Amino acid sequence: MTRWHDFIEKDGKPPVWPYPIHYDKEQEIDTDVLVIGGGIAGCWAAISAARKGVRVALVEKGDTVRSGAGGPGCDHWCNAPANPLSNVDPDEWAQHMAEAPYSNGIGTQIQCREDWDTLLEMEQMGGKIRDTKDEYVGARGRDEKTKLMISPRYTRVHSYIPGMQKPVTFKSNPEGKLNNVVIRVWGSTFKPILKRECKRLGVKIFDRVMVTSLLTEKGVQGARVIGATGFNNRTGEFMVFKSKAAVLATAGNWSLFLLNTELAGYNTFRSRTTTGDGTAMAWRAGAALTVMERTGIMMLSTGFKHTWYGGAGDASYENVPLVDANGKKLPWPTQGWEDAGAMRPTPENMEKIIKGIQSGEYALPFYGDFPAMPEVERRTTWRMMLGEESTTRNIIDSYEKGGFDPAKHLLQNYSFIEGNSPAQWRTAGGGPVIDWDLKSTLDGLYVAGEQTFSAGDHSYAAATGRYAGRKAADYSRQTGETKVSKDQVTLEKARIYAPVRRTEGIDWKELHAGISRAMQYFCSEYKTEQLLKMGLDALKEIEEVFVPRLYALDPHKLMRSIEDLSLLTHGQAIINASLARQSSSRMLNFFRIDYPKVDPPEWTKFVTVHLENNKVKAGELPLDYYGDMKANYEARNKDYTGVYKGK
Amino acid sequence: MAKKTYALPNIITPANPVIFNPEVCNGCNHCVEVCQVDVYIPNPEKGKPPVILHPDECWYCGCCVNDCPRPGAITFNWPVQQRAYWKDKATGKVLRDSQ
Ligand SMILES: Cc1cc2nc3c(=O)[nH]c(=O)nc-3n(C[C@H](O)[C@H](O)[C@H](O)COP(=O)(O)OP(=O)(O)OC[C@H]3O[C@@H](n4cnc5c(N)ncnc54)[C@H](O)[C@@H]3O)c2cc1C
Ligand code: SF4
Ligand code: SF4
Repeated sequence: MTRWHDFIEKDGKPPVWPYPIHYDKEQEIDTDVLVIGGGIAGCWAAISAARKGVRVALVEKGDTVRSGAGGPGCDHWCNAPANPLSNVDPDEWAQHMAEAPYSNGIGTQIQCREDWDTLLEMEQMGGKIRDTKDEYVGARGRDEKTKLMISPRYTRVHSYIPGMQKPVTFKSNPEGKLNNVVIRVWGSTFKPILKRECKRLGVKIFDRVMVTSLLTEKGVQGARVIGATGFNNRTGEFMVFKSKAAVLATAGNWSLFLLNTELAGYNTFRSRTTTGDGTAMAWRAGAALTVMERTGIMMLSTGFKHTWYGGAGDASYENVPLVDANGKKLPWPTQGWEDAGAMRPTPENMEKIIKGIQSGEYALPFYGDFPAMPEVERRTTWRMMLGEESTTRNIIDSYEKGGFDPAKHLLQNYSFIEGNSPAQWRTAGGGPVIDWDLKSTLDGLYVAGEQTFSAGDHSYAAATGRYAGRKAADYSRQTGETKVSKDQVTLEKARIYAPVRRTEGIDWKELHAGISRAMQYFCSEYKTEQLLKMGLDALKEIEEVFVPRLYALDPHKLMRSIEDLSLLTHGQAIINASLARQSSSRMLNFFRIDYPKVDPPEWTKFVTVHLENNKVKAGELPLDYYGDMKANYEARNKDYTGVYKGK
Repeated sequence: MAKKTYALPNIITPANPVIFNPEVCNGCNHCVEVCQVDVYIPNPEKGKPPVILHPDECWYCGCCVNDCPRPGAITFNWPVQQRAYWKDKATGKVLRDSQ
């Protein structure tokens, strides 16, 4: 009796909805700082704001205990150049990272300056960051004194692909020692600790509440953000949050281009909750967005193919040598010490491998040769890395149960044998424009984690969350109360509850696929003004004809339906940004047939889009709009006190 | 006695991200709470394993299994097409996760 149809077979009827239904109820919450999204960035934002002594409310679509991409775990604390084993200066490393065009110099600088402090705070709270039990003595990168474990990632330059970046001699590391900027951590312990600390500090946590819109002063687009609306996705109860400052931390959008809603879970790199809600609500509130046009096919975990982190994961894990079916070593990087943690072969090596496959030199399939590894390295990769890196713990547990023994068995790799067809899966890498306070272009609205454009990883999310939380707390102290616009709330309520008032029409899955299809047709590798405009028309038609038929049978399906509306809005913002960029760009993985020039100097700039009176306005910002990273960081953070010393 | 056959739509696939052991599971519903996408709902009968209501939304993160306080109550279950292949280095025999 664990599947719903078991109930049909036994009782002749499905189980009743287990939670009370409260579509007609409304709760109002008053707070100083409102954090939207309780993932890594959101939890850190809530904690740092609460430590400043202001009232904090944290709203999370799932349950904060394990929600978000980092909920299950994390094994790499990336880009922590301030750690004691690092051989490179944090500011110099930040500068190096930000050299890649369209990167986010502000978030990067914050990460490089503060994520080591953030990690120490994690340790204070009980998170495991050192090999205190001496389980991995002898593993390369392990430091006996601090018991920290350095990873081979980024030991030379900040890149996954060897040769993509010119070799660098850092001023702070003239002898060219390994940079030691990435630390292995036991991140499966982190998320429950963050939730516990939020509770301890008196943060009001609202789990299973989906935030749907931002409230602005007088309900005006582009005005100060003064709160948000949401609903409980189990009971349907409506929530109005009044705040002095809000931190948006709902991460990105990973399912916009994904047609199939049934098989998506184990083939994308994010859970279904990551549907671009935050970006969509910021856009509707009038915030400027940037890098929205970057929607290329992801090379990492390709849709409907095998993923590194999904079932039957690709065997190209850290330090595992890849061999062909006859045991011959391939010129494929192993994310190891000798190739500085590179994840993908250089274009030349890739060509060699493909030619080798065709000539019979390399026999398919390929394998990860765990048995060839020194015992301690194998254990570090298998037990520690896969045991801690988020969704991968399943792999070690279930494979071992199935008889896999890394000392004896080669793990199959799925490259090439899956075929070459492109993934139906693309990134959506944009987000709100931010300043040195991580404030968006709207007063009262701060942004952190993957919600920011060109965002980074777990430690980036943690450090930017922690930073945005304290900036939002400071702002909340200076600002007064305002009244929520009744009309804005009424309109939003009508939008949200429309699908539950209908009993037939189109369900969320059909609408989701319809939106994805429009994006696939009109915003693919083949972009022209005509196609993009057809895309906008297609989305408008979906909005006018099909959205009014959307129906939802319960609060959970209502959440998925409202997520569809986020996808739709997000798609519109992407296509508008794509129209505004009249050039092609390799760095943005953005190619227009009608503007084939690749990265011409006059277009090497951020393109921004925002809504004014519901009309799209395009703008631009220079690539280095954030100025001197070190100087600006220091000017804005004179009061920064480092690792938390309070109780 | 012949089992009654109902007219049911096709089952959502993959249908069983996990397998519960009703002998061990005490229906504490901790797994229901940790799941970020609400794959489960509590069983209407108290003390029984949760109901898998939205298996199609599972992202195979494993939190429900990893955080269950009763070992053996819930087992992770890869869908058929996600089952891994491996090979014995000594014998060359290709093996598969066929639990
Ligand atoms: C399998 C896997 C392995 C990884 N391994 C590593 C690693 O080893 N090292 C590393 O550095 N990084 C790793 N990452 C990346 C890292 O987990 C993410 O970069 C990080 O979690 C981003 O944090 P975030 O807070 O921006 O987003 P998330 O942690 O994803 O949090 C976003 C939160 O917002 C919530 N939300 C969304 N919409 C709404 C809404 N409308 N209302 C309320 N809440 C909402 C979501 O439910 C979610 O909890 C990994 C990611 C995955 C998936
Ligand atoms: S499987 Fe484990 S966590 Fe879930 S209800 Fe049973 S005992 Fe509780
Ligand atoms: S594996 Fe993750 S997504 Fe799937 S049911 Fe368990 S907790 Fe939920």
